[in-house]
Amino acid sequence: MKSALRIACSRSHLQQVRDFVRNYLSSRQLPEITVNQVVLAVDEVVANFIIHANGEDETQFLDLKLQLDDHELNVEIADNGDTIFLPAPHQSPDLRDFIRQGRKGGMGMTLVNRLMDKVEFFTRGNHTVCHLSKHLA
Amino acid sequence: MKVTAQPSADTLTLLLDGELDASSAIVLDTELAKPDILNYRKVLVDCAKLSYISSAGLGVFISHLQRFQDANVKLIFFNMQEKVFNVFEILGLDALMTIVPSATEAEAA
Repeated sequence: MKSALRIACSRSHLQQVRDFVRNYLSSRQLPEITVNQVVLAVDEVVANFIIHANGEDETQFLDLKLQLDDHELNVEIADNGDTIFLPAPHQSPDLRDFIRQGRKGGMGMTLVNRLMDKVEFFTRGNHTVCHLSKHLA
Repeated sequence: MKVTAQPSADTLTLLLDGELDASSAIVLDTELAKPDILNYRKVLVDCAKLSYISSAGLGVFISHLQRFQDANVKLIFFNMQEKVFNVFEILGLDALMTIVPSATEAEAA
């Protein structure tokens, strides 16, 4: 089963990323909601790397690795661009304010933090890496 | 992602088909941004075939909600799949938006 994927930094590849995660988890008989939560968390981080860290520069690429040992899922998303992208410490947004202001963005990392057990961003050389983990019952 | 608009008297029904993400959200945004959408009393969003939504998709709805409320246009979601409803729930959006089980309830709302 494919556990690694490289994509260029274009949002047109988000569907490919989601299909990759779904296929990886497909043999584990997991509830549909659980699979969707993992897919969503990965999609959000990848979209952030593509849009905010790399400005949709298709010459840059991301490497994804998935590993499920027993019931522990580990996801690594490595940005091969040279811009260090470390999201600010997480704060829960006030969605009533978002509605009043007509805001479109700012909820992605909130979702990731609520969906996964552990969310870490760190640097490896000149690159940013995101590590996500979740216990899957 | 496909968005089909079905106008009927004072109600516009939008049928969403596919996955709503940072790539496809623009399709929905274009539909919701049309000025004449505010001429309807209700905009019903049929989510039966909406199989995925990310924060970008949610953001499109959030960004138009105040505009709709100011124009007294009700935005009502129905036929939502459980895994999609779960995403609204995780953010608490189920308490801020009108989500009903079926078309009958959406039409009556």
